[in-house]
Amino acid sequence: MTLLTIFLVLLLVLTAFAVERTKDLLSAVIVFAAFSLVLSVLWLILKAPDVALTEAAVGAGITTVILLAVLAKTERYER
Amino acid sequence: MNDRLLYTIVKLMLPVIVVYGIFIILHGHVTPGGGFSGGAILGAALILYGLTFGQDASLKLFPESVSKRLESGGVLVYIGIGLIGLVLGGAFLTNAGVFPLGDPGNILSGGMIPLLMIAIGIKVGSTMMTLFNALLEDE
Repeated sequence: MTLLTIFLVLLLVLTAFAVERTKDLLSAVIVFAAFSLVLSVLWLILKAPDVALTEAAVGAGITTVILLAVLAKTERYER
Repeated sequence: MNDRLLYTIVKLMLPVIVVYGIFIILHGHVTPGGGFSGGAILGAALILYGLTFGQDASLKLFPESVSKRLESGGVLVYIGIGLIGLVLGGAFLTNAGVFPLGDPGNILSGGMIPLLMIAIGIKVGSTMMTLFNALLEDE
């Protein structure tokens, strides 16, 4: 269990850095959805299923869709 | 916008997502989750429908006037239930013997909480839809 937690935390840091470093904003949005998914599993391990459920619905679902809608109205690449 | 694979998968998945959202809302007082999580899942299902079949179809299924009314109505129901306790001589949201308590762990228990959960669920779900429509609107 602790090994899985360490792996997930490392993955969380990695995805957070990837979101910040990516110039392609579409990839950044998709990696951000992965970040939310990892965070949601972490909440579940930390015995907060309530927060995990909300994180999965809002973070991985609705935030991604809304950011994609914004992206469709602006440009794909960061200048 | 003519992707049969996408249409078929979404048609299969949508009922499951909607039923899951309603399940989360109705079991809000006995299991993890509740009005906000379930409402967000319902809103995600509506947004998925809108993304797949276009905004015209989604506005036909769920017009903006309806979503605006549901959004305000959810809050009003919540405040109304809260005011019942205030009127009967307690604090806001006090259960002054109006709502039966039931057995703990049952779905029909918890006094006013299930009603509040349903109100929050409807409010959050329609808020997500209103947000999405407002965002995709052409200026």
